[in-house]
Amino acid sequence: MASCLRRYGRRLSVSICEKRELSTACEGKVIQQQQQQQQQQTAKLLNLCSAINQALHLALETDPRSYVFGEDVSFGGVFRCTTGLTERFGKNRVFNTPLCEQGIVGFGIGLAAMGNRAIAEIQFADYIYPAFDQIVNEAAKFRYRSGNQYDCGGLTIRAPYGAVGHGGHYHSQSPEAFFCHVPGIKVVIPRSPQQAKGLLLSCIRDPNPVVFFEPKWLYRLAVEEVPEHDYMLPLSEAEVIREGSDITLVGWGAQLSIMEQACTDAEKDGISCELIDLKTLIPWDKETVETSVRKTGRLLISHEAPVTGGFGAEISASIVERCFLRLEAPVARVCGLDTPFPLVFEPFYMPTKNKILDAIKSTVNY
Amino acid sequence: MALAHLTSSSRSNLLKPSPPSYPTLILSAVRSPPPPTPLLSRLPFRSLLTNASLLPAPSRPLLKSLFLSSATWLRCGGWRSPPILYKAKLIRGFCHLYDGQEAVAVGMEAAITKKDCIITAYRDHCTFVGRGGTLLEVFSELMGRQAGCSNGKGGSMHFYRKDAGFYGGHGIVGAQVPLGCGLAFAQKYSKGETVTFALYGDGAANQGQLFEALNISALWDLPVILICENNHYGMGTAEWRASKSPAYYKRGDYVPGLKVDGMDALAVKQACKFAKEHVLRNGPIILEMDTYRYHGHSMSDPGSTYRTRDEISGVRQERDPIERIRKVILAHDLATEKELKDFEKEIRKEVDQAIAQAKESPMPEPSELFANVYVKGLGTEAFGADRKEVRAVLP
Repeated sequence: MASCLRRYGRRLSVSICEKRELSTACEGKVIQQQQQQQQQQTAKLLNLCSAINQALHLALETDPRSYVFGEDVSFGGVFRCTTGLTERFGKNRVFNTPLCEQGIVGFGIGLAAMGNRAIAEIQFADYIYPAFDQIVNEAAKFRYRSGNQYDCGGLTIRAPYGAVGHGGHYHSQSPEAFFCHVPGIKVVIPRSPQQAKGLLLSCIRDPNPVVFFEPKWLYRLAVEEVPEHDYMLPLSEAEVIREGSDITLVGWGAQLSIMEQACTDAEKDGISCELIDLKTLIPWDKETVETSVRKTGRLLISHEAPVTGGFGAEISASIVERCFLRLEAPVARVCGLDTPFPLVFEPFYMPTKNKILDAIKSTVNY
Repeated sequence: MALAHLTSSSRSNLLKPSPPSYPTLILSAVRSPPPPTPLLSRLPFRSLLTNASLLPAPSRPLLKSLFLSSATWLRCGGWRSPPILYKAKLIRGFCHLYDGQEAVAVGMEAAITKKDCIITAYRDHCTFVGRGGTLLEVFSELMGRQAGCSNGKGGSMHFYRKDAGFYGGHGIVGAQVPLGCGLAFAQKYSKGETVTFALYGDGAANQGQLFEALNISALWDLPVILICENNHYGMGTAEWRASKSPAYYKRGDYVPGLKVDGMDALAVKQACKFAKEHVLRNGPIILEMDTYRYHGHSMSDPGSTYRTRDEISGVRQERDPIERIRKVILAHDLATEKELKDFEKEIRKEVDQAIAQAKESPMPEPSELFANVYVKGLGTEAFGADRKEVRAVLP
């Protein structure tokens, strides 16, 4: 009896999966779409918030049971990422919540548990902490503790993170490390508009709860050709965005643009740098990084969050475990300082291009 | 769509808070010398589980001091200097102006002593000045200089003043309320007959931690007064869209509540005085201050995308707190028009002087970056950007 039900249940869930285009079939879908639309691929110059806006439009269009909610999203959001959604999809699908992060995420988990796609927005990543309990104790463990009876895979939490130049203590934090410590959720951080759209659509359609951090510094600043059609980028796959042979640099989000500048400068001194965008922080793509380190023998990780206990520590430890004998120099981490995110001292705190350049040189000349 | 709703019902609420038909009171009942100053129309309190009435009229010195303090703060926290400094990029980060809401800070100060504690959210410039902060400290802190009250490390949202019991200055809304209840808990132990005022806004009124704090305070009879400064907009969201029950004074349910006209400094003063006496005997009380802010939420918010300019100017005309006191003073010949104008000129000069002085104050030393992360002398190692080279021992 029970096994009979289980069989039917699986069939039902598979058909739901097929209908709802979960990214278990992601790679196949990407190829399919690319083949279909190769003739008519149009791309437009968009900035990050417009790319995310497009992704949200597509997500709501393709799945009638998806919802976008958060503080002030109805009029477009404080960063304009949700413009036009209420007008197009109605107040029943795109709505404001009161000022209660814990409530927002808890509510999203419940909505997702009933098979919907809940896209919750936390206005700034600095405010995500009241929701921390819900994310860590509820969302991450739901499938596990219910023996796969229930899950909140439809939940995606979007939050702008990162320094912006004048944000101060509570508008600049990078809390990704806290969430990387929680098995059961995924943490995804895009580096550019084209990546953001594809990654966000993958996250929304992924059958696991995802925390999607958007680098707010790049909202207006980063402009790129973004394809207009519906496309998804695979999660848990890192990308080598610059080939090199002397040292591997790993980063994510806005920090990559700084690292790229450092790479270009290092090139002038004859150091060839390989730059990897991790994209998904957990579960992260160890193979790509390992292959790269086996090629170069040196690793440098850079992120905005404070260095002690930051995600760079995990990458460093894992790579040392795997590539100890190959490493020519200790793994370098160029990160934020071990202080609260400062106000006037932000230029000192940040891992700037020069700090990275210095670390590249000292690692190569070890 | 939202604005249409506003113009119909809420707008009339804003221009005339409390019940639509309010009595025009001229309080002539004298209960104690000196002879009372008859006042212009006042709005009665609305209450839950408690009885508070408008006490007899206040004295002339009080009115004068209220005008002086309000006017200073209006200039200081309000509409003239910070926007200019912000545009000149001398103030960076976030700056939340308090203009329109001064009556709350002023009235509250008039009712309490420096031994009572105040804790509020990020709209704290005026509250800080009320607690004895100088204009120099305010502007220096806004510009991130050493002469600021938090040594330039806090910024606009984090003003503190230990010797006057001002506990700040908090960026995360709602987080200051359980803190305030903790302060009250300590005060109850010390038996000093002092209380804590924990202020929050209508947006923060929907935070879960507020209700946790309410429950604990009521359970243990803590001398805390929770003041909801209801300026009707949580950033850009009108209160009726965020709260099922915008009657924030009733949110306490088992905790008594009082709704006060927050643009009337005298009503605020009397409510706070009543509240202080109440909580020392009976445990917490909620005061809802019906107030309004003329500027947007912060310097990056024009303030007119979610409400009409008519509404803003309407409230400014009908309910402006400083004008109200000015009218009372003039109507009863407590000072001449010229005297008041001279006061304002002096205050403006003071503000300009303070700004000039603040501009000369230096930025904090780079070594300050690592200072006060932990207690001094702990000597832990903090790592700089590169673990190998930059290490600092925390001072």
